[in-house]
Amino acid sequence: MDFGYTDDQSDIRRTARDLLAERARPERVREFAEAGKTDTELWRELCSLGWPGIAVSEEHGGQGLGAIELSILCEELGRALAPVPFLPSALAAAVISHGGDEEQRARWLPGLASGETVGALSGGADGIAELVIGGADAGVFVLVDDDGSARVCAAADAEVTPIAAIDPTRSAARVSLGDAGEALAGDVGAGIGHALVAISAELVGVCDRTLEMTVAYVKDRKQFGVPVGSYQAVSHRCAQMLLETEKARAAAAQAAWAADAEPALLAEAAAMAKAASSDAGREVTASAIQAHGGIGFTWEADVHWLYKRAQLDAALLGGGKRHRARLASILADRVGASAAA
Amino acid sequence: MDLTFTPEQTAFRDELRAWLAENPPAERPTDGSEAEEFAWRRDWQRRLYDAGWAAPSWPTEYGGRGVKPVESAIYFEEIGRARVPFSANTLGLLLGGPTLMVWGTDEQKERYLPPILSAEEIWCQGFSEPEAGSDLAALKTRAVKDGDEWVVNGQKVWTSGAQFAKWCMLVARTDGDVPKHKGLTYFLMDMEQDAVQVRPLRQITGEAEFNELFIEDARIPDANVVGGVGNGWKVALTTLMNERAGLGFALQIRLRQLLDDAIAAASERGLLEEALYADALAELHIRCETLRLLAWKGLTDAERYGQPGPEGSLVKWLWSDTNQKLTELAVDIVGPEALTAGTDWSYEFLRARGNTIEGGTTEVLKNIVAERVLGLPRLKAAA
Repeated sequence: MDFGYTDDQSDIRRTARDLLAERARPERVREFAEAGKTDTELWRELCSLGWPGIAVSEEHGGQGLGAIELSILCEELGRALAPVPFLPSALAAAVISHGGDEEQRARWLPGLASGETVGALSGGADGIAELVIGGADAGVFVLVDDDGSARVCAAADAEVTPIAAIDPTRSAARVSLGDAGEALAGDVGAGIGHALVAISAELVGVCDRTLEMTVAYVKDRKQFGVPVGSYQAVSHRCAQMLLETEKARAAAAQAAWAADAEPALLAEAAAMAKAASSDAGREVTASAIQAHGGIGFTWEADVHWLYKRAQLDAALLGGGKRHRARLASILADRVGASAAA
Repeated sequence: MDLTFTPEQTAFRDELRAWLAENPPAERPTDGSEAEEFAWRRDWQRRLYDAGWAAPSWPTEYGGRGVKPVESAIYFEEIGRARVPFSANTLGLLLGGPTLMVWGTDEQKERYLPPILSAEEIWCQGFSEPEAGSDLAALKTRAVKDGDEWVVNGQKVWTSGAQFAKWCMLVARTDGDVPKHKGLTYFLMDMEQDAVQVRPLRQITGEAEFNELFIEDARIPDANVVGGVGNGWKVALTTLMNERAGLGFALQIRLRQLLDDAIAAASERGLLEEALYADALAELHIRCETLRLLAWKGLTDAERYGQPGPEGSLVKWLWSDTNQKLTELAVDIVGPEALTAGTDWSYEFLRARGNTIEGGTTEVLKNIVAERVLGLPRLKAAA
């Protein structure tokens, strides 16, 4: 039993945090969010460092590292709310890596690993996805149907309509594939499992940063002559935020570990992680607005960017209710299996 | 990251699991008397003791196996999994013994530790008082020096096992003229004296797990002071820090078993396919599993980094809250018959109500998280 990182993993984390503290300062994130633009300079830098290919196989130009390393980057980018298409691209790469055949992998993964091609992934029915995060930047789409099948399609072959999502730190688009693209016939389920791990990790980062900001604010803000954080109505809310964050972190850590080391556990662990982190993301960021009081509801305070990012991430590939429904069916199968045994 | 046990840890677990399977406790007494129940648990501890399984985490010099915290946690998971009773002398094994190992003199260790392990002498804990619950340091029981003895007067409450105990870990005020945390002393009080009266405290389940102690001119030899006069708060903290260290792992497994029972009950009634029940059960499944992860993360991070992370304060809070939600849902699943007095579910349902109070209320735990983990300022309380 060991939840710790290896030295290499700790280095990745430290390097990522230091870099983003420098390059994705809140005022810069705000600038790009307000302009509705991707921070292409930062994205190019991340690409030059090999970030997009961290979990792509070396054979396809990536670093060949695991879900834990990818999670570390997702968490740090979530903390920073970096306005780059890292997550959507990593999700597309994960599903193509596991769900694609040799030809599909060879076609798409090198570009996704180098960052030359940006990917995006979304749930969708009948080849239509109403809101694809990163959709306006993407060169390739992966659409996952409710039945668990997936298609990959070049953006050039799809009908892409840029739209504005409530979270402007990443682009969004409505995407219609029509008959274009091709089915991914491999282990799409594993790919989705890896994708859920990555989204969960980003949500943990969002929660962590939100809690940090909120604690700093309620220590500083005074009413009735004392910091509002000394009132238990406020401090207990912060304690609850920590509990939700740590639950999500533990579930996400287990899922990342399962993705690398125990694939048989991935489906269940990923569903737990996505349910826990989606709920935590929404609750923690909502609590943060409440704890900030009136200022928290203003455009000027940064807390709403986190709130909005959490909503988009929570909705991506299904939130708490969808994944609890999946878990319930896993539990039902287990009861059935033990009854049959 | 590796969320599996090492081969050595697995071997330890398998050895214990095999032993538990081959050496079950005697048949549980059915007459419902607390004395019979206690005798049964004492017999069980004796069996563990004879096989060297009473307290694996104790150092070998005191009769334990000297295993590390991970093995100790595995031990409690297996105790929970096997559905065997907790040892009769759980408070001595988990609290009293480890406190003496830190603060006791060599003579005290030699005198008191062996009979704790063998269940010859049962221990109880005299900390809480009617007017000193969460604010433990406000306690009023007084001990006054008289020659080479102390004379104790006061009242204690929530003292489980007091009617069977030989020794009480007693915290009393020995100096009323210094700040409240500084005037306390930790004693080992002999329960076999008329000056100590034990009265069962009936709880909402109808049973009496706990007692009140009425102490009137009880005598304690000076040699039974633990950790020095006036040092009682520090010694008591050692006891409190041990309070849930191991047991939490057993309780967490029991919660899992209870959830599996609830899932089975839902399945039998076709409720696992009903969205609202499925959602609630899946949420409890997530809480149960993250609870286990947090417990293990807290333990292993403490070993790895030399200091506990935030998990320690969160685990008991999450456990108690989850157990309440689980037993409420179970009543919904099973229906009114779950509320028939004497059934397992009605017992679990009522007993769970105490979980968010005993061993640190949820409100106090939230204060601890807010102040010590998040560093939030503390609202000034009356001195």
